[in-house]
Amino acid sequence: MKDLIRDFTQAYGPSGNEDQIREVIRRAVEPLCDRVSTDALGNLIAFRQGRGEPVLRRRVMLAAHMDEIGLIVTHIDEQGFLRFAEVGGLSAHVLMGQRVVFGNGTEGSIGNERVDEIKDLKLDKMFIDIGARSAAEAREHVEVGDMAVYQRGVSEMGTRVAAKAMDDRIGCVVIAETLRRLGESPHDIHAVFTVQEEVGLRGARTSAFAVDPHFGLAFDVTGVGDTPRARSILNMELGKGACIKAKDASLVVPPAVKNLLVKTAKDNAIPYQLEVLPAGGTDTAAIQLTRSGVPAGCISIPTRYIHSPVELLDLGDVEACVALAVKVLQGPIEV
Amino acid sequence: MELRSISELRGVSGQEHEVRTYLRRELEGHVSELQSDTLGNLFARKPAAARGPTVMFAAHMDEVGFLVTAVDKDGMVHFRTVGGIDAGVMPSKVVQIGPKAVPGVIGTKAVHLQSADDRTKPFDPKKLVIDIGAGSKEEALKLVQPGDQVTFATSFGAFGNGLHKGRALDDRIGCAVLVEVLKGSYQVPVVGVFTVQEEVGTRGAAVASYAVRPDIGVCLEGTVCADIPGTEEDAETTRIGSGPAISIMDAGTIHHPGLVHHLVAVARRHEIPYQYRRATRGGNDAARMSLAGSGAKACAVSVPCRYIHGPVAVASQSDFENAVKLLRAFLESIGRGELKV
Repeated sequence: MKDLIRDFTQAYGPSGNEDQIREVIRRAVEPLCDRVSTDALGNLIAFRQGRGEPVLRRRVMLAAHMDEIGLIVTHIDEQGFLRFAEVGGLSAHVLMGQRVVFGNGTEGSIGNERVDEIKDLKLDKMFIDIGARSAAEAREHVEVGDMAVYQRGVSEMGTRVAAKAMDDRIGCVVIAETLRRLGESPHDIHAVFTVQEEVGLRGARTSAFAVDPHFGLAFDVTGVGDTPRARSILNMELGKGACIKAKDASLVVPPAVKNLLVKTAKDNAIPYQLEVLPAGGTDTAAIQLTRSGVPAGCISIPTRYIHSPVELLDLGDVEACVALAVKVLQGPIEV
Repeated sequence: MELRSISELRGVSGQEHEVRTYLRRELEGHVSELQSDTLGNLFARKPAAARGPTVMFAAHMDEVGFLVTAVDKDGMVHFRTVGGIDAGVMPSKVVQIGPKAVPGVIGTKAVHLQSADDRTKPFDPKKLVIDIGAGSKEEALKLVQPGDQVTFATSFGAFGNGLHKGRALDDRIGCAVLVEVLKGSYQVPVVGVFTVQEEVGTRGAAVASYAVRPDIGVCLEGTVCADIPGTEEDAETTRIGSGPAISIMDAGTIHHPGLVHHLVAVARRHEIPYQYRRATRGGNDAARMSLAGSGAKACAVSVPCRYIHGPVAVASQSDFENAVKLLRAFLESIGRGELKV
């Protein structure tokens, strides 16, 4: 699983530019399912036919987003510096002193205009320096509209791991592992690796319309309150198991769905914790509001420092998420 | 197509009938089917003999403006804003109200009477009223009714070197581009949709896109252009006269990179000037096209317009003509099977 985490987090794929990460995931999941397809927005849909008891069969949509936050070039000045805007939630302070990389491998350092006070630092006072001496030289490598992402390797820390883009490549890892370990399942599973979650749950919306599921299950990271003087009052902690979402800013999980997940965890002695996330949304919300409505829930991976290049999580929690997903998909889903 | 008539037509969101009637007349004979839906969107269809991806264009007929909410005992007309209008551009403007285009003036306290405080604070649009010269409620109600649309009274004109000044160029100039595009003939099925209620939340495009379910969506807009003193080069978004602006991303859409690259390639091959829309704020009908049903690839091409959402905007004839050229060449190229996305 560590290899999958490395391959998935290190691939390039900001919102709307998921071609590279899609190929990485496609290679990983193609052997695990019956059919793989891509739709107009670029969602990757891996289909696995149900086996066994047809009376139990449901059309189930799994979703994890493969896009990551990034930067988009809006202007190239005469000296070859690149001005940019954010793609998804990006903090100017986190970005200071970072290196970024474009889809074609062009690397850049983040610089900023002089500001008197650090709190005045905004993204429009920052720029990317790709080492070019002129606009013409910069344009040999990068054009307006190109996107960059954090450039940062993986740090293994015993059973914990830090990397960029854990949000939500770890969700993609959980789905891939779930498909690998699933064995018999009565359900027709459409595992969707969605695009453009970070800019408004867009890929989940169109793919859920196409799949038209009876049940939806999303996998995404969630915040934790277990770091020193954490300002939040979050219940979630690293190392305490899979997070079963009750609510986030985008949805309330129907009690029947939440209860199914809790019961499955209890029955199988899978460590779990309940999650209420006051800010932030997930693909779950887009699936819920598809067509005339779909019961949907979310299994979250507790993660520190979300939307930074050093997102950190515990492999034991990831294992718990996979175990829970496998058990849910092997059993009857009546919600 | 000349821009004067379409700029001077009045069509605040939800009251687009004048524009729709005009466009129907302009399009008669150039498309095989003209049809309106419940919300008032106008669909102009051009099927193609050959099979290919369905291309939908969206240009919105509505404009920002005001709506009469009440008439008070002194005959003053109260109103609310429809769409985003800066309160600073409202005072002391001549407006036209309702189907009879009753003239009115958005009055303000003369500078002599303003306190120092009045002069530094922005106007509160809720406190502004329209004076239609009526002396009483009864007199006023003979001229205007609650629900009437209100637009700035601006006449269209040419000035400078190939520039136009006029009202509602956002998005009548996009409508005019679309009319010109629809006059051509193509090897791919094209559906031109003139949408309603874009300025209040891209509402017309939401239902129109669901009805059409295109493979490719192209939004045609009059967009922000801030190539004016006081704006740094990196914040001007677009520059007037530098060609149609191709969007990369905005608040509602990440424009499909394959379509963006193809538009650029077509512009280069035909030596049509183009520019990128160098900003990521704002939103338009492209978002609705890309997210309708199971989704579509979407892009946006805009004519730069200075001072949009005010009483008068400025646009360039050459940008308008180059937008038409670019989109015709784009469709011809798709018809030849050159688009690989």
